[in-house]
Amino acid sequence: MKENPQNGEKQEKVNPEFQLEIERRDFLKIGLVITGVIAGGTVLSLISNVGKSFAPGAYRKKYPYKPHYSMVIRQDRCIDCKRCMEACVSTNRVPGYGWRTTILKREVPDSIDQKWDFIPILCNQCNNPPCVRTCPTKATYKDKTNGIVMMEDKKCIGCKSCMMACPYDARYFNETGSAIDKCDFCFEARLSKGAKNVACSEACPADVRVFGDLSDPGSRVYKLIHQLQKPVWVLREEVGARPNIFYMKG
Amino acid sequence: MAGFGKARMFPIIKSAYNRVVSGGRVYLIFVCIFGLLLIIGIAAGIHALFIAGSRHAYGTYREVPVAILISTYIFFVVASTGLCLVSSIGHVFGVKDFMPIAKRSVYLSIITILTGFLVIGLEIEHPFRMVLYNIISPNLSSNIWWMGTLYSFALFFLTIEFIFLMKEQKHKKAIIVCLLGVITEVAANTNLGGVFAMMHGRPYWYGPYLPVYFLLSAIITGCAFIIFFFVLSDWINRRAMDQSTKRSLEVVGKLAILILIIIMIFTVWKMLATSVGGQSSIEAMRALIAGPYAFNFWGIEVIGGMIIPFVLLLISRGKNMMIMFVASAFMIFSIFFMRLDLVVVGQIVPLYLELGVNEYSRLHTYTPSLHEILVVLGGIGFCGMAFLLGEKIFNGFQKTESGHVPEKITVVVKEAQEAP
Repeated sequence: MKENPQNGEKQEKVNPEFQLEIERRDFLKIGLVITGVIAGGTVLSLISNVGKSFAPGAYRKKYPYKPHYSMVIRQDRCIDCKRCMEACVSTNRVPGYGWRTTILKREVPDSIDQKWDFIPILCNQCNNPPCVRTCPTKATYKDKTNGIVMMEDKKCIGCKSCMMACPYDARYFNETGSAIDKCDFCFEARLSKGAKNVACSEACPADVRVFGDLSDPGSRVYKLIHQLQKPVWVLREEVGARPNIFYMKG
Repeated sequence: MAGFGKARMFPIIKSAYNRVVSGGRVYLIFVCIFGLLLIIGIAAGIHALFIAGSRHAYGTYREVPVAILISTYIFFVVASTGLCLVSSIGHVFGVKDFMPIAKRSVYLSIITILTGFLVIGLEIEHPFRMVLYNIISPNLSSNIWWMGTLYSFALFFLTIEFIFLMKEQKHKKAIIVCLLGVITEVAANTNLGGVFAMMHGRPYWYGPYLPVYFLLSAIITGCAFIIFFFVLSDWINRRAMDQSTKRSLEVVGKLAILILIIIMIFTVWKMLATSVGGQSSIEAMRALIAGPYAFNFWGIEVIGGMIIPFVLLLISRGKNMMIMFVASAFMIFSIFFMRLDLVVVGQIVPLYLELGVNEYSRLHTYTPSLHEILVVLGGIGFCGMAFLLGEKIFNGFQKTESGHVPEKITVVVKEAQEAP
């Protein structure tokens, strides 16, 4: 009875997975109210990002993919050591003129503690990926199993429209492969060969990047996202791409 | 049958060739200059894509992945749409004042699409893959796929339409093909606007404004091209313009004035609406009106592309062809920069500007490389050469002289004289 999940009369007939989704949404809504009241507008807006990220209609089931790969970046832990970038370069043979992941620096001179904020970025593996919609030849596509935005190099015509469309600057043209290159959560280099973690996450000494299956309630990413103590947000939420890289502090 | 076809074609080709070589010294010099530009442009493009690598040869980079080559493509294909639309007012919708301009306009529409294809073929990394995978792996949600496919169909319909027009055939089939040409051109044009309008990560482009703007600016480009090339063709063919064509250009001039007014209103509202948008679009607009693109905008787009042509067209009253020619030249030159500004300014605002990080705190810059400029000149060379050759091959697109029948008669008489 997915046509009206808000209808209390029909909830008995809802399948168990969908029931969990409803409960989770209600749970987040309560959190939104409580945190908003206690912490005021700023935190309210951050929490509301989580609400919107998992808004009704965003996913019809619990999560659209199994495994639903995602990453939580605990931003304040990042010390800009760049080991994640080095691991990415060596694992995925990223050339010097490109990057799949990088760390942005924000100077906060008025801060009374640390003056710099480091923000790792990478492909957000969006659920509504503008790059996939714009590619004329389906060279870039959303993997139906794990939700990773993949590249099929042989189909890439190098029109660079995906680079224009990407709201996260996550793509570049790789001369070696003669196609657009981007983060694939190390799928080709690691996950497809049985590894459970991505190179950047594994290399991080501060445990900034937590990678995992968001559809698994036992995974760390699931637990980090489904808590209310710390706000979780995504980058450029206004674009509506529904990213799978989440940010939080702590 | 093949032999018969050859026998029919040979004299036609021969007489067309004779017209080209007897076009006069200045004419031939220009054909050679444009031909040379074309060869240099193609060589530069091939060198950039297959030898040096576009990263080294073109001025584009990760943050500004497309620039002058795409804007040149847009310039030419939008001109094609405009030419098709303006000419269709006569031969499709039956407005008599527009009928005399049909043949040359459709021909210009064909060569401008081909010019656009040439330039984009030298811009994308794998033009051959494109041909294959556009067919076997189409993405129907992609505006770019629709744009390319529809422009290809438009080229097909325009070619058939041109053949019908040259044969002076006005039966139902011809009208249907012309109508299909118009529909595919309009659909392709608005899809081209949609390529930018549906990029929700780029606030400066995003929204329903661009497809409508592209259609309007297609009409103004079409008007400018028609006036410019019709006046030029009279000089090339050393003919005085006939009254019906003069009347057509007068009406085209009036249409241009009307569309210029609408475009000015559009531009003002785009500026006003953007000024209350998000930080990203405000920064883009600031770059355009008070930043690095201010000269392009005020000097070339507004003064050169709107105010001067508007005043000149008013002064000419549609009668003075020389003034109209100058106005159209101003418009064509300015519209080229309008396209460039639209493409580049939409990308120069960093994607993470609002995050306040160092790496994305300044506007990106773009300067066209020598390779890119040469490819653009190659496109202009192709368009110019195809126009000049077309004038002679199709004998000035004149009704009484363009049909191949008179040529055949001449040949038959000649053979008959030689027979005894």
